[in-house]
Amino acid sequence: MKPRRLGSWLLIVFGVLYFFVPLLGTFEFSLRLLRGVYSVAAYRIVLADPRFAATVTYSTVLALATIAVGVLLVLPTAYWIQLRLPRLRPVVEFITLLPLVIPAIVLVFGYLRIYNSSSALPLTGSARTTDLLLMFSYVTLALPYMYRAVDNGLRAIDVRTLTEAAQSLGAGWSTILLRVILPNVRVAVLSGAFLTFAIVIGEFTMASLLDRPAFGPYLQLIGANRAYEPAALSIISFSITWACMGFIQVFGRGASGQVAGAH
Amino acid sequence: MSFLEIDHLQKRFARTTAVEQVHLEVTRGEFVSFLGPSGCGKTTTLRIIAGFESPSSGAIRLDGVDITQRPPHQRNVGMVFQSYALFPNMTVAQNVGFGLKVAKKPAAEITQRVEEMLHLIKLPALGNRFPYQLSGGQQQRVALARALAIRPQVLLLDEPLSALDAKIRVSLRLEIRSIQRELGITTIYVTHDQEEALSLSDRIVVMSEGRVEQIGTPFEIYNFPRTSFVASFVGTLNILRGQVADPAHGKILVDGQEVFASRGLERARTGDAVTVALRPEIVSLGEVAGNGNRMRGTVEDVNFLGSIVRIRVRFTDNAISLDTFNNPSLSLPQRGQALTVSFPREAVLALEAPPST
Ligand SMILES: Nc1ncnc2c1ncn2[C@@H]1O[C@H](COP(=O)(O)OP(=O)(O)OP(=O)(O)O)[C@@H](O)[C@H]1O
Ligand SMILES: [Mg+2]
Repeated sequence: MKPRRLGSWLLIVFGVLYFFVPLLGTFEFSLRLLRGVYSVAAYRIVLADPRFAATVTYSTVLALATIAVGVLLVLPTAYWIQLRLPRLRPVVEFITLLPLVIPAIVLVFGYLRIYNSSSALPLTGSARTTDLLLMFSYVTLALPYMYRAVDNGLRAIDVRTLTEAAQSLGAGWSTILLRVILPNVRVAVLSGAFLTFAIVIGEFTMASLLDRPAFGPYLQLIGANRAYEPAALSIISFSITWACMGFIQVFGRGASGQVAGAH
Repeated sequence: MSFLEIDHLQKRFARTTAVEQVHLEVTRGEFVSFLGPSGCGKTTTLRIIAGFESPSSGAIRLDGVDITQRPPHQRNVGMVFQSYALFPNMTVAQNVGFGLKVAKKPAAEITQRVEEMLHLIKLPALGNRFPYQLSGGQQQRVALARALAIRPQVLLLDEPLSALDAKIRVSLRLEIRSIQRELGITTIYVTHDQEEALSLSDRIVVMSEGRVEQIGTPFEIYNFPRTSFVASFVGTLNILRGQVADPAHGKILVDGQEVFASRGLERARTGDAVTVALRPEIVSLGEVAGNGNRMRGTVEDVNFLGSIVRIRVRFTDNAISLDTFNNPSLSLPQRGQALTVSFPREAVLALEAPPST
């Protein structure tokens, strides 16, 4: 018993060191812009850079759009497969896994071939339509996570009986999805949304190759040209991610009470 | 006039035929049970009425209107599921009011109707609870209230009590029946528990392997089963095998002893094999005046079941069980003891075909 427990503690200590030492190192380094003293000068410079605010905003908006489109696509699909086409489940699972197997760079070259400005559907022709293309490619990138999260949520409830109960009470499909299914898989949808957000906020390849002003390419640009600011940026983006996590936890719990009390 | 007509329904799945030519006419306000063993097609029939499955052939007519092709949410048929199926994200009151909200009824009307329904199921104080805060019996009552709130034309219940323990099952079934009477709602109740079906129903439909075996009042089903399946499925039954000795007088030889049957031997010939059924509660220990049949055997087993005592008596190849009421002043027969049993002629039912068991 005792040596075993010691072993687990050693593992935990090792894990903590593995994750936090680099982070602490980065943090410490980010404070050393001014020679000889610790200061937040690097942070000031980063935050004062208008490109920082612009790229973070751009990526956040894109992430939110990606989440909205992703949920709209995945929830009804996973629901219908669970309800009516359970035999298709392995096929769909395989398809949703493809973005993990196909490198982003391959995907984006494919997009560029199909949607270039001289193609039938010239999405890369203007900035707005390129944003659209980028958003759709993010939906694809996040698909494995979003689908798995939502599907797990749906498996945890009795989709068929709840659907039939709602139907017998006069509810049509949209009512069932919005008022019965969605509220009961809300936590799963939120965790899918969080993963999507984390992917989109730091994504580099697609944004860079489609030449959009996202946070990922900005991070790369600063990293290539400066010494202390990239460390500060890393810490900032970590904080954003963690804040997100905390926010979703709180929101997830608060919303459960709210949804329940609202109708 | 029939209110709900189930017209020669048939439902085939890839490999099985779940429902075979089921025909039934239900009058307004009637309580009908579907009774049968697992897999006999009760749920499938119910789901066709609710619209969750469409029949391979046949039709459903409700109040003269053919609703066979109508989607479930346009049928106005209430459904109660074995697993309760309350919406976990909604309170009791929201669950009960769901159908009304979907129908876009005004808020005041919903509130009033929900209150009315919660009173009906005797849970007026629990409107703000969530389903997980209720016991199984309470959840099922809420599910009943939810189904009734929309004033459905027909109420369907699929084994609503089988997830509950024995005590609650009995009290809740009485409650369901009294609510059903109070509202006068046409009800179809699926169960594999014969006691439930016998105690609740106006009529029982006994099903086996997708077919209707017999439709009748509980009294008819229990006392005059038409097929050996019904006879053996409903109630405990003694099956005796013998040969016809005198068809004109209904005389049969069972293990060499004479037994007279009530009916059904007109078409038989002397020497034919015959199977008769006998209810345990109709057999008496010893000779009783008016019992036209008596047989001698030995006590094989004595089972004390509380209010009744079940005694098994063996002849030669055949044996019967008989029930007597428990009585502390009674001395029970001992195993191995030889004794006489008697039973009336009318109790001996000749069956259409020998049971497969
Ligand atoms: N969706 C389906 N696909 C294929 N076969 C089915 C389907 N639903 C039911 N069956 C088959 O139809 C037959 C009748 O099933 P049904 O569920 O109606 O039985 P039941 O009388 O309700 O039994 P139980 O008492 O176990 O609930 C069974 O043999 C079952 O395997
Ligand atoms: Mg069933």
